[in-house]
Amino acid sequence: MSSGTGAPIDGARPAGTAPSPDATVVLGAAEIGRALTRIAHEILERNKGGADLVLLGIPTRGQPLAQRLAQRLAEVEPGLEAVDLVGSLDVTMHRDDLAQHPTRTIGRTVLPDGGIDGKVVVLVDDVLYSGRTIRAALDALSDLGRPRAVQLAALVDRGHRELPIRADYVGKNLPTSTSERVSVLLAETDGQDAVLISGGAR
Amino acid sequence: MKHLLSAQDLDRATAIRVLDTAGQMAATQSREIKKLPTLRGRTVVNLFFEDSTRTRISFETAAKRLSADVINFSAKGSSVSKGESLKDTAQTLQAMGADAVVIRHHASGAPHMLAHSGWTDGAVVNAGDGTHQHPTQALLDAYTIRRHLVGDGGRADVTGRDLDGLRVVIVGDVLHSRVARSNVQLLHTLGAQVTLVAPPTLVPVGVEAWPARVSYDLDAVLADEQPDAVMMLRVQRERMSTAGGGFFPSPVEYSRGYGLDGRRLRALADHAIVMHPGPMNRGLEISAEAADSPRAVIVEQVANGVAVRMAVLYMLLAGEQTTNVKVEAA
Repeated sequence: MSSGTGAPIDGARPAGTAPSPDATVVLGAAEIGRALTRIAHEILERNKGGADLVLLGIPTRGQPLAQRLAQRLAEVEPGLEAVDLVGSLDVTMHRDDLAQHPTRTIGRTVLPDGGIDGKVVVLVDDVLYSGRTIRAALDALSDLGRPRAVQLAALVDRGHRELPIRADYVGKNLPTSTSERVSVLLAETDGQDAVLISGGAR
Repeated sequence: MKHLLSAQDLDRATAIRVLDTAGQMAATQSREIKKLPTLRGRTVVNLFFEDSTRTRISFETAAKRLSADVINFSAKGSSVSKGESLKDTAQTLQAMGADAVVIRHHASGAPHMLAHSGWTDGAVVNAGDGTHQHPTQALLDAYTIRRHLVGDGGRADVTGRDLDGLRVVIVGDVLHSRVARSNVQLLHTLGAQVTLVAPPTLVPVGVEAWPARVSYDLDAVLADEQPDAVMMLRVQRERMSTAGGGFFPSPVEYSRGYGLDGRRLRALADHAIVMHPGPMNRGLEISAEAADSPRAVIVEQVANGVAVRMAVLYMLLAGEQTTNVKVEAA
């Protein structure tokens, strides 16, 4: 759900919309699954286990990704329950580009029962692009509590950062031009798992 | 959505969108930090030509929770009491750079005039005009009804749902009530079945054209319809010349025929809710027993008002500004 000036908003595409026919598939279902499994292990490695972890997905497509990561964490790490780990964080009302787009629909913010104070929060998003969504997420987070640390997981990092933000866990680095469009499709919202690139002069 | 002037302007999809947005706004209001940065730098003017407590405070709270700057203007103690016209007042506000004007006026149509005259570029929100419209009240009533009566009594997710098949009875001074007009239109748009109950003298001319049934007998309606929600209207004595204004013989008689007392309260179905837009005339249209009963959601209506008005301001002000062409500083 990252967007830059003048570029299409990946996350704002309504669920079920077919991408343009000239799109190239860069990640298939199996690759997405492997990337998420690797990220799950990296999260456990970096944080020395799953204690005090909270995964917050950024709607629309960060949410199912956070769910899947939480399931993988619960499978690997004994004593973890997926439902206690995962939540969603809507950033719409903290965005800095509200005046440049038609009115956005506000998503849900749901925190796990334990809250986020003193926890290690891993933000989960589908595409990391300008970094503005993550900036908004950091602001939204500070209104909800004070985590001990905040980390970032993104399925795709396509570059073109406009802010000093980087991801701690990346599924795939995709070098793109700004005129290209990266679409993440997930079974939960779009009926299939795939990452597509379309548009651009190629 | 550029202005919100009348409940009739809202189609089903837009109305549901406002209610859904209000649901998300309400969720933020249970947090420790209730303020959101969404409308930072925007200015909202509350232009109140008529007395109001809850609507003005509600709009002020909503705007402040979204970080907008709020300027309160009431006709009392301003140049309006020296005879300034609406046009001059509006142009003064325009010069101060108002992004939205929330207006309450004793003349029906004043918000429409303000929105379409070109006196101000800002979005206009009708906060009650004469006996015409009060759209945000209708929205908060619809939100309250949806929260309580749709989706298994509020336990299931109601996002995207309308009020299909619910029976709502609106009782009392329909003639003077902008709340009733707005509610009839909005509840009808959302699929609810509305019945108006009032003494014949307090039923407006032309009511046949409204999408609602009309009855003069409250007890019969409560028994036959088994309503899901009963909305009591305030008897607007300030709009009547004398005590009952010739509209009804005496307050006691009105109360007996159209007041919600303990007996009528017990005749309601178990899930039914009692609503009142406030301020209440206790003992006239609603007894203390009914007003304080557990099925009364009157205090909650006020709380929901803030969430609904946050949603309205968000939808009017947060998106792309197409009509407001700002002059670049040379």
